[in-house]
Amino acid sequence: MSIPHLLVHDNQDNVGVVVVEGLKAGTKMLCVVTEDNSDFSLVVNHDVPIGHKVALSDLSDNDTAIKYGQDIGRITAPVKKGDHVHTHNLKTKRW
Amino acid sequence: MSTPSTFFGFRRENGRVGVRNFVAILPVDDISNAACEAVAKNIQGTIALPHAYGRLQFGEDLELHFRTMIGTGSNPNVAACIVIGIEPAWTQQIVDGIAKTGKPVAGFSIEQNGDIATIAAASRKAKEFVHQTSGLQREECDLSEIWVSAKCGESDTTTGLASCPAVGNLYDKLIPRGIYGVFGETSEITGAEHLCAARAATPEVGEKFMRTFQAYQDEVIEPYKTSDLSDSQPTKGNIEGGLTTIEEKAMGNLEKIGKQVSYIEVLGPAEAPEAGPGLYFMDSSSAAAECVTLMAAAGYVVHAFPTGQGNIVGNPIVPVVKLTGNPRTVRTMSEHIDVDVSGVIRREMTISDAGDALIKMVVATANGRLTAAEALGHKEFVMTKLYRSA
Repeated sequence: MSIPHLLVHDNQDNVGVVVVEGLKAGTKMLCVVTEDNSDFSLVVNHDVPIGHKVALSDLSDNDTAIKYGQDIGRITAPVKKGDHVHTHNLKTKRW
Repeated sequence: MSTPSTFFGFRRENGRVGVRNFVAILPVDDISNAACEAVAKNIQGTIALPHAYGRLQFGEDLELHFRTMIGTGSNPNVAACIVIGIEPAWTQQIVDGIAKTGKPVAGFSIEQNGDIATIAAASRKAKEFVHQTSGLQREECDLSEIWVSAKCGESDTTTGLASCPAVGNLYDKLIPRGIYGVFGETSEITGAEHLCAARAATPEVGEKFMRTFQAYQDEVIEPYKTSDLSDSQPTKGNIEGGLTTIEEKAMGNLEKIGKQVSYIEVLGPAEAPEAGPGLYFMDSSSAAAECVTLMAAAGYVVHAFPTGQGNIVGNPIVPVVKLTGNPRTVRTMSEHIDVDVSGVIRREMTISDAGDALIKMVVATANGRLTAAEALGHKEFVMTKLYRSA
């Protein structure tokens, strides 16, 4: 298998993690779900640093971000599929 | 890979096995640091453990201080111990605690003697201990006698994908072989507490975990917070590495306990495990040096430390094995990394391969290989303080 650009923990997740350095906007990413090794492709909309997240679907304000199949926080701004997801559009529900 | 079944360690008087052979010079309190450091300068083969506390503490905080001091001196990586305090009573209390292991230990106090006479007397005794212990031979020991602690630091999203699951794989493979393990970081379970509670061996242990977790929220976070904690949890380094929320960080943290094992008891900070071999949860700070110091005081002899962005922590008496799954950290901070598991995110290495590589490094470390943190001189010994002194 080729080296993936994006890894997704669980099939229920709506965000994945960039695992290559220097990823440029417009790249058609090879995405692999680690749970079952299934793969799909997705075009990234921004330059996204290694380790940062990308949305796998369109998300709205107050939606829940899912990673590891679990709730990791609240979406705080509209997000398009392929967008960078981080502190500008995702916030903890805890504090 | 077949897991090695033995390693070579130092069998101590109480039957425990150490992987290092230190003569420790332990200050009871902050103002005895100078004397301890002077003794360690006088006598080669000794190591001073300076720290910031030990005066006017009371209640649970004082109990934790004594437990950490006695636990550190009792750790099997310490062959013999000199204890120096400002006055004799607390000094003797710590000497008596360490003496229960049967190892050579002696106490010295400074009041009515002064630093210079104390340093002279303690140096003579330290020299005697060095001669007594420096010729001790390692002997072949069963793998089950390695106690391995785990805590991650400067996490990022790769720790949840690669380095923490590698530690989990080590526990999945070695806990059934009879080792003792421990994880903790009470604050960094926030968001995954329900999953952590479900991994307890019994409902009672799970309830005890939830009480511990809730007490941290109620007694530490709520009374002391001045803003939301988004600048501390996650840390700036976590955020740089792509972690956005405490929940996301907690999910990655919990990967360290693997897929199969469950924890058998909840320990207080620096509390030694007494329920037999298995995995334990320790109520502990998530700050790296504090957490490793507490786990060392509980008797763990090797620490497995997954990092994402590159936490460089070490400990004076316990070797800290660093692993990372982040290729940028491997490239920019290679001198700090013992095990490179970045192949996991390239899908060139399975989690099981990464676990095997870590086990191999833990065994090599137990046999005497210096870790990156040891070679670079990292000796962070940091006491946990629960509240203001009297």
